[in-house]
Amino acid sequence: MSALAHLPTGSRQPASPPKAARSERYRLLPYLLLLPGAAWLFLFFVVPLVQLAAASLYDPTGSLSTGYVLTWAFGNYPAAVQAYWPQFARSFAYAGIALLLALLMGYPLAYAIAQRAGRWKNLLLVCVIAPMFTSFLVRTLAWKTILSDNGWLVGLLRDVHLLGPDGRLLATPIAVVLGLTYNFLPFLVLPLYASLERLDHRLLEASSDLYASPLKTFRRVTLPLSMPGLIAGTLLFFIPATGDYINAELLGTPNEYMIGNVIDSAFLVRLDYPQGAALSFLLMSAILAVVFGYLRRAGTREVL
Amino acid sequence: MRSAFRPVTRRGLLTGTLGSAALLAAGGALAGCGTPAAQQTEEGCVSEDLSGSEKTLAFSNWPQYMDVDSDDESKRPSLDEFVSRTGIQVTYTEDINDNNEFFGKVQNQLAACQSTGRDIIVLTDWMAARMIRLGWIQKLDRSKLPNVEANLLPSLRNRPFDTENQYAVPWQSGLAGLAYNGRVTGEIRTVDELLTRPDLKGKVTALSEMRDTMGLLLMSNGHNPADFTAAQFDDALNKLKRAVDSGQIRRFTGNDYAPDLAKGDIAACVGWSGDIIQLGFEDERIKFVVPDSGVMLWSDNMLVPNQASHKANAEELINHYYDPAVAAQLAAYVNYICPVQGAQAELEKIDPELAANPLIFPDEAMLAKSRVFMALDEQQEREYEGKFQQVIGA
Repeated sequence: MSALAHLPTGSRQPASPPKAARSERYRLLPYLLLLPGAAWLFLFFVVPLVQLAAASLYDPTGSLSTGYVLTWAFGNYPAAVQAYWPQFARSFAYAGIALLLALLMGYPLAYAIAQRAGRWKNLLLVCVIAPMFTSFLVRTLAWKTILSDNGWLVGLLRDVHLLGPDGRLLATPIAVVLGLTYNFLPFLVLPLYASLERLDHRLLEASSDLYASPLKTFRRVTLPLSMPGLIAGTLLFFIPATGDYINAELLGTPNEYMIGNVIDSAFLVRLDYPQGAALSFLLMSAILAVVFGYLRRAGTREVL
Repeated sequence: MRSAFRPVTRRGLLTGTLGSAALLAAGGALAGCGTPAAQQTEEGCVSEDLSGSEKTLAFSNWPQYMDVDSDDESKRPSLDEFVSRTGIQVTYTEDINDNNEFFGKVQNQLAACQSTGRDIIVLTDWMAARMIRLGWIQKLDRSKLPNVEANLLPSLRNRPFDTENQYAVPWQSGLAGLAYNGRVTGEIRTVDELLTRPDLKGKVTALSEMRDTMGLLLMSNGHNPADFTAAQFDDALNKLKRAVDSGQIRRFTGNDYAPDLAKGDIAACVGWSGDIIQLGFEDERIKFVVPDSGVMLWSDNMLVPNQASHKANAEELINHYYDPAVAAQLAAYVNYICPVQGAQAELEKIDPELAANPLIFPDEAMLAKSRVFMALDEQQEREYEGKFQQVIGA
């Protein structure tokens, strides 16, 4: 906010052109600077969104050959929920569990890299980012090999009797949640790292000088200071994970399909555009509701 | 002095943007009034043929669906032969990976009667049927296709979606049947075994291609996939649903079942003959099974879309590939069912073992057991596909 807010203060300096013209120019400047970004957003976000909103209200009896008519068919929404609420619930449950797992792994990881890694810092950061150099699809397919029924991991788990003799990991919810956790972990770690890296050591020292236990120091100093990164990271993780369909498709079975799979099939296989659009909108609003609820509770103006 | 304007906060800006976006959305939705009909007619969408002056042809096909020289991957002997014989320059692109995705890619152009920039596309029966139904495909001139007339397998003539053989000419065909990995499980013979045998539980996959999976199920119930009623379809679907609910079927796949079957992660599946032949070369205990109840016969068809401006050149290429010698060359590489009569005799000269393979040149008995799925109209397609997708979880 600061960049824009401070702009007018520049006009306090002694001015040679008439004051009115100057302030007129400055009044428009921020908006002119916004123009390229706003045009981009309008063309590639607002226009498709309007299109999608309209499609979600098309007459559901329309077809490719006859075309679709906008009849404000709000009934598409309850119909879509009724048919596919289990997939909706599953998407949020899987993404939620994956987020918890990612937090348990990601926070210590980001903290270690930012505060304790010393000269290994850059190398460790590269290790976090490097998997992103290969395609999302390839990484998920690699998990198929790792979790394979005849692979070493399943063999090991069977030997220690964590899995029954016929037990498997692939094609179970575990595999899907693992895939989600793995694939989106860097989105959580990187913002966390950025805010933990700026952590001022003197504050931690001050805290322990004031007789706070390490746990209390973490709770009262480290955690609040890393909050912006934590919130940004959680959102960057949760939003794409909820809409993901590749992990469920490749690592799961029909019983693990998430809402992304349904939307994919509505648009590409079943050609039910009104339903696909309605489901997309529902997903978007559900995520927005979760995000705003979360931000209100977390209450940080810094993030949004 | 007082600031010329209120400071813009990030939150204020975001709220403002979201608000105006919502307003715009509402306004835009009011203005928008649906999509036009995608249906085209022969009179309404006339394509000009420039073949006389332009000796070029744009050919879009699936990956690994064309013979390549074993020494030089960039050479395609059967296609190069066509180029040198006719002087028509062919731009060959492997840009079709999935019928539905490809449909999504070209539907806006074809619905508006615009060129897709392609003269020949290769699509599976049901997608070919949909495009023909929508009037998006040009009629071929049969007098320019003497080889097709003479050599096309009888069971691939007058198919339900192209009863007069005017629009679609098979590129390659294949069977959808059962397959199993003999290292993991014993032989399977029937669809019912696949769906109920306890030792296969959780180790079975079926195809997400509705017509292949449902065709086999319909036949296992004694019904004909080329002509069935909605009640018969529901019966077959219930049978599939029981297998999904009991955990017998692990998942529904496209081509990706092949590596899983090879690894033994799945023991048996509904699969395609061409894939299983390929796997069989590496591991002879992976076998394709034609169930006694019947097997599905599908084809990928060469089609000339509307506004393709080199129809005569396209017809020349189609005719070229129905020369038995050329077809044999192709069949030796791709291992699907060769739709060209006479190619078997030609292939015997190149590779006698392949020529004897009933999955490349099926015998009369096998062809008698094969069926092509019924042609569906859009309403039926959506109804059946919708029910099927509900069972397979999407």
